[in-house]
Amino acid sequence: MRKDKKRPLGRGTQVVISSVIGVAIVGALAAVSYGRDIPVLNPHGTIADQQYLLIVITVALGFFVVIPVFILLFVIAWKYRAGNTKAKYEPELEGNRKLEALWWGIPCLIILILAGITYISTHALDPYKPIESDVTPVRVQVVSLEWKWLFIYPDYNVATLNFMNIPKETPINLTLTSDAPMNSFWVPALAGQVYTMTGMRTQLHIMANTVGVFHGSSANISGEGFADMTFTVHAMDETDFVQWARTAVHSPAMLTSESYAELAKPSKNVPDTTYMLMTPTLFDDIMMKYMAPSSPSSSDADTKKTDTMEHMHMDGMN
Amino acid sequence: MSRAEEEHAIVQRKSLGFWIYLMTDCLLFASLFATFAALRNNTFGGPSGADLFDMQFVLIETMVLLTSSFTIGMAVLGASRGYKKQALIWLIATFVLGAIFLAMELFEFHALVEEGNGWQRSAFLSSYFTLVATHGLHIAVGLLWIIVVTIRLWRFKFKHTDLHRLSLLGLFWHFLDIIWIFIFSFVYLIGGMS
Amino acid sequence: MTSDLQSFLFGRLTWADFVHDPVMAASGGIMVVGLLGIIIGLTYFKKWKWLWKNWLTALDPKKIGIMYLIVSGIMLLRGFMDAVMVRFQQATNDSLGVLSSDHFQQIFSAHGSIMIFFVAMGVIAGLFNLIVPQQIGSRDVAFPFLNSVSFWLFVAGMIIINAPLVVGEFSNAGWLAYPPLSGLEYNPGTGVDYWIWSLQVAGIGSLLTGINFFVTILTMRAPGMNMMKMPIFVWSVLGSTALIMVVFPILTATLAMLSLDRLIDTNFFTTGGGGNPMLYINLIWAWGHPEVYILVLPAFGVFSEVVATFSKKRLFGYASMVWALMAITVLSFTVWLHHFFTMGAGADVNTFFGIMTMIIAIPTGVKVFNWIFTMYKGRVTFATPMLWFMGFVVTFTIGGLTGVMMSVPAADFQFHNSLFLVAHFHNMIIGGVLFGVFSAFSYWFPKFTGFRLNERLGRYAFWCWLIGFIVAFVPLYILGFMGAVRRLDHYDPSMGWQGLFIVAGIGVMLIGVGVVFQIVQVIVSIKQRHQNRVGNDPWDGRTLEWLTASPPAEYNFATIPTVSTRDAFWEMKKTHTLPKDTDVEAIWLPKNSANGVVIGIASLAFGLGVVWHIWWVVVISLIIAIIAIIVKLTDDHPDRQLSAKTVARMAHEYTLKENHG
Repeated sequence: MRKDKKRPLGRGTQVVISSVIGVAIVGALAAVSYGRDIPVLNPHGTIADQQYLLIVITVALGFFVVIPVFILLFVIAWKYRAGNTKAKYEPELEGNRKLEALWWGIPCLIILILAGITYISTHALDPYKPIESDVTPVRVQVVSLEWKWLFIYPDYNVATLNFMNIPKETPINLTLTSDAPMNSFWVPALAGQVYTMTGMRTQLHIMANTVGVFHGSSANISGEGFADMTFTVHAMDETDFVQWARTAVHSPAMLTSESYAELAKPSKNVPDTTYMLMTPTLFDDIMMKYMAPSSPSSSDADTKKTDTMEHMHMDGMN
Repeated sequence: MSRAEEEHAIVQRKSLGFWIYLMTDCLLFASLFATFAALRNNTFGGPSGADLFDMQFVLIETMVLLTSSFTIGMAVLGASRGYKKQALIWLIATFVLGAIFLAMELFEFHALVEEGNGWQRSAFLSSYFTLVATHGLHIAVGLLWIIVVTIRLWRFKFKHTDLHRLSLLGLFWHFLDIIWIFIFSFVYLIGGMS
Repeated sequence: MTSDLQSFLFGRLTWADFVHDPVMAASGGIMVVGLLGIIIGLTYFKKWKWLWKNWLTALDPKKIGIMYLIVSGIMLLRGFMDAVMVRFQQATNDSLGVLSSDHFQQIFSAHGSIMIFFVAMGVIAGLFNLIVPQQIGSRDVAFPFLNSVSFWLFVAGMIIINAPLVVGEFSNAGWLAYPPLSGLEYNPGTGVDYWIWSLQVAGIGSLLTGINFFVTILTMRAPGMNMMKMPIFVWSVLGSTALIMVVFPILTATLAMLSLDRLIDTNFFTTGGGGNPMLYINLIWAWGHPEVYILVLPAFGVFSEVVATFSKKRLFGYASMVWALMAITVLSFTVWLHHFFTMGAGADVNTFFGIMTMIIAIPTGVKVFNWIFTMYKGRVTFATPMLWFMGFVVTFTIGGLTGVMMSVPAADFQFHNSLFLVAHFHNMIIGGVLFGVFSAFSYWFPKFTGFRLNERLGRYAFWCWLIGFIVAFVPLYILGFMGAVRRLDHYDPSMGWQGLFIVAGIGVMLIGVGVVFQIVQVIVSIKQRHQNRVGNDPWDGRTLEWLTASPPAEYNFATIPTVSTRDAFWEMKKTHTLPKDTDVEAIWLPKNSANGVVIGIASLAFGLGVVWHIWWVVVISLIIAIIAIIVKLTDDHPDRQLSAKTVARMAHEYTLKENHG
């Protein structure tokens, strides 16, 4: 094979250029990331804390394979390059049982460990699993709309739009549904996400460690105003939360079935609003919108549906 | 390899290819069956299979189709032995039976639509109509294929390639029969019992 | 014209559907101008008959393969322009207000759909056509006419997906169009219909390709080539086509059901009526996950060939590699739920699919080690194909790591649908599939053209792609950790994300420079072709395709070689038993056929007719397609003969060309 005889860059120059490029990339990335909020790696919720630990463990286990791969790749490619006539050349060498056993075996072992970790963590961090705590949980019902988030506090007769107030160090039991295309409720600083779907009830349990303001968004595209599906979560002291709830219930804005119907119409960039909740069954009413009109024959199928769906953790009747 | 050997190999390849195509068609039906299974109870307050299916009617439909499998088998047999008239008669019989099957199916659909239980009524009905109609569409394609084969048998000298194509048609027809057995069992029998 | 007559003739098509915003109008305009340019050029140079006879109606898989590559290459440019617009929008955070939210959503939906269906699927179909027959010592594929139909269905789908640039609009629901967003309630326009029918038409073409090559590999290998003596690329194609055959029917059924929801008000995936959108998600991913393995397995096969050839050494652990390929093929059916861990299936179900996903990493990792150890005790030269291999190992390994990170369901809840996910799958598809394709292109280019590609430009292209890729996608991993979700057309400036988006934008521009180098490389190589002529074996290859002339004769092999070992050509060279074309026999090859083109055009009309609800077009195109099929399938004389004398003469001419360069 005729090689390109012109070699303007010597080996040394090549190494220098590569290093400069590498440093430039790392530097640029560091510069634009430094000081920014990285909620997945710097969480403020009990669930997200555990997820962070999981991520670190997974990466560490992964490095047991990735690092050897990189080392072997470059060492072997360098040593056995055609220019190196000192290296042994065995063209018929086509396998080595011991080596193959090694790299079938070690990844198997790593995956075995990871499988165990997966089983434990998936059950421990199941979004449907309540958080263990002596503190009484606060219930919040979440509805994703076109293109805003509605938060209903059934025990306080309050509702909020595009922001959610919660007491810190208190388990928050979220039940979620959608009155819009499929969305995904995600507050990375506190916990992972869960989908919201019409006629379905999903659950998420979160708990904030500290007071703070946390960014939330929808992680599943739901139409033109999707990028505006952001909201904030305000974690506050328990007493502040109760005080807020008590005043909020006297808000001038009232959420009734009629005003909700208006609210549910497509709109973007709706300002944060606090409502007095006039219809305590609003969440269930929203879900029922998508279900079969009640009739004698349907109730059997409905109950059967809920039973079979129970193990899938989704309540929804069709 | 001589030309004759090559042509034989080509025929074998076509058989293999057709079998494999039938398996992919099987998977298409499997997807529709899976959908039916998932949606069979989603009647949305409307009628279920038990409320709608006329088992006697479906039984007659099934017998018609099963008989047509027999007749096409006879046609393939007759053609392979060179009995042109026999093969033609059996082919036409198959066509007639297939057409009756299709007519009965369309009649059933029409009745359902007329009483307001069309495919728009519920997810259950959507999946029912789609699964059964997809089978019906395949039968229609089979009927068209029978016409083409029958014309060639009648008008032109029936070559070994035509015999091979006829055997593939027989395969296709039997396959549709088997799919129908599954539909009969899972959609009508099991679905028809509440 | 009465409105009744108008709606009959034109369905829901109106003049308003041709009006677009400036950016879309410009894109559509460029496409139309390009098309006109080609048409004018062909007319001016009087090349229509040549094109028709030598290319469009040809059933030679080499021709079909090259046509696939050309169409896919053009689609790569279109998809890349979409990517540039996405990066631009996000880097500027919509401060220039050029793209509306809806338009932006159409752009990334088109980007994903085009890249998967009309670049990646097209390129692997091209590789199948070019390489498989030659590697197994065959002259053709099992079903040459079906091969042509597959290609023209691919082209029809390609036209359908580009039509929205001119008339109507495209889907805004992403490359997989989840309902209820893609249903009639939230998307009544033509967008989702365009998406459905372009994929439906192309999908049938892919299914037929799968059947074709599966049967070809099983039944048309050279005498003596049992399965364990096949080139490993052929094994990878076997796995890929097996996957295609099993899962593309699922796609067909699912798209059909979504289409029925939109056309005749069925309730498969609607929000009311008992519909279940989660069912769509399960079905589409039951297709979707195996699909990505359909794409990557051939890339693995390419690398196996390239590493062995450029290390001048046998592939390390051939049997192990075969087992790994088959394991990956089978396992790919068992992991689909990992695409929606967050949909609430419960801990037990999530655990099962998470563990199955991790298990797939094992055979994949084995392959990486076997490739590296193929170089061990070899004599490795780093021509462009090998550079792509090195880049692949680096990027694909990182992608694999991030994949394992996401396979843990509880962790995935923090990654799903974020830019971390986007970075991961681009890592796999670009690092794996695309780098494999580029490696294959530079490796086999001399075989099909008879001259080399310019090495220097190839190296520049590689480095631009590799560095550009890193600069474009590492920021996305970081953004994922920062809580940035995918598909955003703007974001709150106070999030502090813009810097990273700008870096990513620079990366994409670097990749663009790489693309320019690749285009220039081809042009320059064509210009310099006389200096860079090669014979049949430019790389000192190991497998049978290097036995044929460069470019090969129409019939590939004058006499079909008999094979007794793996790496058959290498063995022949070593033991000096290269076959001589002494006793040639007559060869039968398929005649050209216009029916493939007719079926393609009919499918195009069918698809567009359904999109615009122009039912008379739908009916007539269906009838035409059926007639074309019947006519071809009842054709008793599909082949033509090259007499023994002709073959002997052609073989002699090819030998002369070899010896005199």
